[in-house]
Amino acid sequence: MMGDAAIAVMAAGAVGQGGMPFGSPLLAAVNWQAAFFMLFAALACACAVAVVLADNVVRMAFYLVLSLGATAGLFFLAGADFIGAMQLMIYVGGTLVLLVFGVMLTAQAPFVAIKPSSGDKVLAGMVGAALLAVLLQAAFRVEAWRRPAAAAAEPVAAAPSATPLGMALLGIRVDEPPAGAVGTRGGYLLPFEIVSVHLLVVLVGAAYLARAKRRRTPRAIDAAASMVSPQERVGVAGGVPAAGGRR
Amino acid sequence: MSQAVLAGFVTAAAVPTFAAGFLSAPVGVAHYLVVGAVLFTAGVVCMVVKRNALGVLMGIELVLNGANVNFVAFSSPDLRGGGPPALGLDGQAIALFVILLAAAEAAVALAITLNFYNNHATVDVDRADELKG
Repeated sequence: MMGDAAIAVMAAGAVGQGGMPFGSPLLAAVNWQAAFFMLFAALACACAVAVVLADNVVRMAFYLVLSLGATAGLFFLAGADFIGAMQLMIYVGGTLVLLVFGVMLTAQAPFVAIKPSSGDKVLAGMVGAALLAVLLQAAFRVEAWRRPAAAAAEPVAAAPSATPLGMALLGIRVDEPPAGAVGTRGGYLLPFEIVSVHLLVVLVGAAYLARAKRRRTPRAIDAAASMVSPQERVGVAGGVPAAGGRR
Repeated sequence: MSQAVLAGFVTAAAVPTFAAGFLSAPVGVAHYLVVGAVLFTAGVVCMVVKRNALGVLMGIELVLNGANVNFVAFSSPDLRGGGPPALGLDGQAIALFVILLAAAEAAVALAITLNFYNNHATVDVDRADELKG
């Protein structure tokens, strides 16, 4: 978290080529925003590919943490400071902890590494390559999406986005309208309320689904665990130790 | 399907000509779109290939994250070289909603996975075929 804040500060300073923290002309010649972008982009992409290639669930979760954290760095570099902070807090801090708990609760020895068949791997690799080629071609197709070199010399002042975002969520727009916008722009008060109620319903539903039930029949996991010793299975099902059972 | 794959490889061969002056240019929207495309593709392949239910969940997270990268890139005025951004603050608001909905989806999907694990003693999605006709 601290490192990301420092990097964001450095990147903000690097946009304006003047305020270099180092006096060396070699360091001043480096485009720091591009350098940090390449670092975070390489980390995010490599870890995303590692999630696909890893077979162990625990390693997949670790690579996913790295990938999402690097994406938060990309958000900071794009000037979306509030989204980057939310990415770190909600995704990396919340969702990933949830996933890691799921991994820990279900990490029995046979399920830690379930390998897909090699035919599936080859087919998915081909489909993935085709999809990636189409997406990359679309990304390079539009000329305006590539930054013109002339405009790169004059940096844009970084504006904090937390206050305009908060006002937009309350239904009041204080940010500049994009070019070509016609009419009044609405805020996000109704989606905000819908999402908040949605989160409440979802969390109550998740707690209901995952609650520990009292069962009349033993859980399948217990039955599978006691498959090796049928006497113990009788003891579990009957609720009392069977006579002659090993106690 | 083989035609689609063939077309994909043909376009993949054409991409390096587009990317010739790509690395030397300052960071623009296209750079972010490339990262988003890689994250999205990795997520889709992860969803398709993994047999562990939690692996499928991680693939979904990657897909949503790739879409978020694109939204943030289009909302940034800095990446357009001083020109007006395509989405403005709307892209950031949508990215925020996507993050929240991903958290909600992960909670419900994890509860379903735990329930499935308790009832079937496995997290292999290929064994979840009770509803198969």
